[in-house]
Amino acid sequence: MSGEAPVKKSSYTIPIGPIHPALKEPVMFTFQMNGEVVESVDFAPGQTHRGIEWMGMRRNPVQIVHLTDRICGICGVTHSICFARAVEQIMEIQVPERADYIRTIIAEMERIQSHLLWAGVAAHELGFDSLFYLAWRVREEAMDVIELITGNRVNYGIIQVGGVRRDIVEEQYPRIQQCLTYYRELMDKLLHVFLHDRTITMRCRDHGILTYEDAMKLCVVGPTARASGVKKDVRIDYPYCAYGDLSIDIVTPNLLMGEVRGDVYDRIVVRVLEIGQSIDIIQQCLDNIPSGPIIWEEKIAKLLLACKKAKGEAIGRHEAPRGEALHYVRMEGEEAPYAWKVKASSYSNLISWPVILRGEQIADIPIIVASIDPCLSCTDRVAVVNKEQQAILSKEELHRLSVEKTRRLQHD
Amino acid sequence: MKPTPSFNRSLWVYHLNSGSCNGCEIEIVAALAPRYDPERFGVKLVGSPRHADALLVTGPVPNKMKERVLRIMEQTPDPKVVICVGTCGESGGVYYDSYSLAGPIDDVIPVDIYVSGCPPRPEAILHGVVKAIEKLEQLQGGAT
Repeated sequence: MSGEAPVKKSSYTIPIGPIHPALKEPVMFTFQMNGEVVESVDFAPGQTHRGIEWMGMRRNPVQIVHLTDRICGICGVTHSICFARAVEQIMEIQVPERADYIRTIIAEMERIQSHLLWAGVAAHELGFDSLFYLAWRVREEAMDVIELITGNRVNYGIIQVGGVRRDIVEEQYPRIQQCLTYYRELMDKLLHVFLHDRTITMRCRDHGILTYEDAMKLCVVGPTARASGVKKDVRIDYPYCAYGDLSIDIVTPNLLMGEVRGDVYDRIVVRVLEIGQSIDIIQQCLDNIPSGPIIWEEKIAKLLLACKKAKGEAIGRHEAPRGEALHYVRMEGEEAPYAWKVKASSYSNLISWPVILRGEQIADIPIIVASIDPCLSCTDRVAVVNKEQQAILSKEELHRLSVEKTRRLQHD
Repeated sequence: MKPTPSFNRSLWVYHLNSGSCNGCEIEIVAALAPRYDPERFGVKLVGSPRHADALLVTGPVPNKMKERVLRIMEQTPDPKVVICVGTCGESGGVYYDSYSLAGPIDDVIPVDIYVSGCPPRPEAILHGVVKAIEKLEQLQGGAT
């Protein structure tokens, strides 16, 4: 049929989710597809809602600290630090220096385990399961040390308003040091397997690009922003805890690659480099940790009395593994806070999905969605609605498509 | 071909997250990781409830999840065992007074095995799975 214009295929819609509305931000995606290519994306977060802020406004600050641990199981210490810092500012109390250092050590241990966890999940999304198991195996070392320091593997419960609840004792230093040595020796291998692997490079280079301008416009945070070249890190811009005393630099991909492309690969680079940075920070903390008390007031009754008297409002911030988390607290001289607002880091990053998914293929959706490290465990089910025809794509099928694409690329 | 009796003990588990904080999720995946490696016994996570012998349910079941938990339960073939992982699934845990909960898991679906902890250690989760195998053998009329 020469001479005729090619028939324009009509686009169709793929809704993804919200089953598996796991975490604090379950998401319902609606993809507008043209063939294999994503034309536009819309998403609606907030399907599942446990009412944590509502519950918090009926509890006292010491109880809320334990509630904040359970906002997210992966960033266990992030929300506790944010909340405790906000309340401490309202009460105008000084956290002992040693407690600040212990908070920093825990926060950085958390970053190591969270980035390794992410690296494993990302490898799984690519169909590279042996790397997934490798990452999770080396992650256990960080989990052991976290357990040694806090007593828990997840939901550490070490933060208290005014300090921390457990000290790091003399006998624990060698074990922490051993863990740091372990990761320091592992860094080269990690960089090698993640950055010089042909499969990962093929699947991640120039996919899911978020330009510097878009990153600025959308106000993304954390590794997602830094991978696009935005030099933004709460630890350095507004130092808190012990970060002011330490020498740290903002990690951007050009440190290693010489350029910033803002693609999925760059996000891997930033995260792997940040594991190295965290090792360095913990080392500095261990070398400089001062002695002294670990909490402003040990007796909980006295602490609660002081909380009850506090009036005012404050914002507590922390650079979580996923980016800046922020808590706003207002106290009105009552036992429970008058207002409490939580802004988790993923909330800022999710907004970049429509931009980075546009023009990509269905098979690339899992890795691009995972690349911003959302606190959203997975897109469990997909329904393809094509006029009258309906087909359900399970997560396995999406995963299979992704694995097939890897194979196809390898054969080319 | 009839599968050998040893297949009875290779439990396939479907993990259903009903509004959990992710803490139990990462411990479940950590239980699958090389340190514990239950796959050498044939115990593994499957992607569809239709393939599963046991349901691993986490989280306090928010209202919007209730419908989906029931649907997943219906999709799982009999005989099946439901394992509830984590304190918030048992009793509501720290979320006990929330307005958006359809109750702990056993208000929605019948639960056979409870694994306590917030979150439970990987060893405890694996212990729960072993208990589920025993329960499943009872349901099937004793070990073969």
